Amino acid sequence: MHASLHLPGAAVILGLLCVAHAAGCQDRDQPPGLRPALDATPIASASVHRPDKLSGVSTDRRDSLGRPIRAACVTCHSLRRPDALPTSTAELDEFHVGLRFEHGGLSCASCHVIGEQDTLRKADGTLVPMRDAMQLCAQCHGPQLRDYANGAHGGMNGSYAGGARVRNHCVDCHDPHVPAFQPSMPVLPPRDRFVAAPGTGEGAHR
Amino acid sequence: MTQTTRRVALKVLGATLGASAFAHAMEPLRAWSKDLSLDQFLQRHYKELTSEELAEGIRRLERETREEYGREVTIRDIRPQEGVQFGYALSLSVCIGCRKCAEACHVENNHDRRTNNSYIRVLEMDQGSFDMEKGDATYEHAVPAKGKYYMPVQCQQCDNAPCVKVCPVQATWKEPDGIVAVDYNWCIGCRYCEAACPYHARRFNWTKPEVPAGEINPDQGYLSNRIRPQGVVEKCTFCLHRTREGRMPACLEACPTGARVFGNLLDPKSEIRWVLENKRIFVLKEELGTRPRFFYFFDV
Repeated sequence: MHASLHLPGAAVILGLLCVAHAAGCQDRDQPPGLRPALDATPIASASVHRPDKLSGVSTDRRDSLGRPIRAACVTCHSLRRPDALPTSTAELDEFHVGLRFEHGGLSCASCHVIGEQDTLRKADGTLVPMRDAMQLCAQCHGPQLRDYANGAHGGMNGSYAGGARVRNHCVDCHDPHVPAFQPSMPVLPPRDRFVAAPGTGEGAHR
Repeated sequence: MTQTTRRVALKVLGATLGASAFAHAMEPLRAWSKDLSLDQFLQRHYKELTSEELAEGIRRLERETREEYGREVTIRDIRPQEGVQFGYALSLSVCIGCRKCAEACHVENNHDRRTNNSYIRVLEMDQGSFDMEKGDATYEHAVPAKGKYYMPVQCQQCDNAPCVKVCPVQATWKEPDGIVAVDYNWCIGCRYCEAACPYHARRFNWTKPEVPAGEINPDQGYLSNRIRPQGVVEKCTFCLHRTREGRMPACLEACPTGARVFGNLLDPKSEIRWVLENKRIFVLKEELGTRPRFFYFFDV
């Protein structure tokens, strides 16, 4: 009798404890849930950036909002009857004087077309608009084109999955007249305790 | 009589010493309240928090950031995605050592401004040599320099991570998508992980991070770029607050040479898979058996 009276009481207390426990740890002691994966690689939504320098040149002027003013190629070139293209930058006397050129043994006419400053010519004679300059670069730089097509060259911004991305154009990174990266000063010099003068860096004893 | 007096004197002396020792031992508790709230002290491990407790902790952290740094921030707990395993690759053929990646990391992850801290250390190496320990991270001259190549090193998100194994309190662990995460509120700052990491990828917050309010990145992840407290270890998380939502890591977007490739290793159409299948790749210190998720490759 004594035992039968107490057993239900103990069971009730135990039950209450379990309920309280479950309420307090509903998502503990089990791996937290994963989010569903985003859509696959957004190859279709990848666009290629359109660099300004393919449609004009920068001037040293600025507009009323302080933005640099660019001039379209036609602004100057329409004023003059087209002349034969020079073979090297040394022969430039009116347009683009002082242009630096270090891109193999090419001459101006290897890429540019007389009188059509917005057009380029491939080695097989096909004309391509300036904005499609990548086709022109691709003629010689096959491995880079292959890597670019597979996302392993050129860099990008945006999403690797589930969203849009913007790929860089060849001339975003490479000056077509001097395509090699030019030496520049690195940014953000490290100042942690391993490199700073004793007593000044991160973690120095003070 | 004299004996009793001496006994009393010894008792009093002992009690005084004991009391002062106890007071001294409790001393940290008095300083503790200044930079550590009771809630924070009693907070459980990240993996044991219920969603309410986590939401409460996040609200508290957002409030503290507002009070201490003067900036409204949003801290989110972004869970890993199903069927996603992160991988990162870097082309040593095109990296020029400009440290733009380190700078982007510095800005994105709310690093201490005074120490120029960053999760990325770019090593300048002699061409032909391959000893990471001989790399120079402090070069200050125009890059790329003749006869040198550049190897950025950050957390390799090892599958067999020594840092995870040595942590005495399990404050660091491997997430389901491959990221090695740190619970900044559980870390005791013993720095065992920093010593265990063969890639020098972990950083210790010797001081409270100083970031001007205007420079704080308000888009913060609980396990990634929220401002870390003093005395805890931190590390690269592949920008999980960005990458778990499909965005690229900050260092990749900042790279002016396009040397970096990021993606889902389980997606056969991803760029990272193409690199792994078609390039000559290697991992740093392969012989240690850490099985990194970070790959270096060459253009051929």
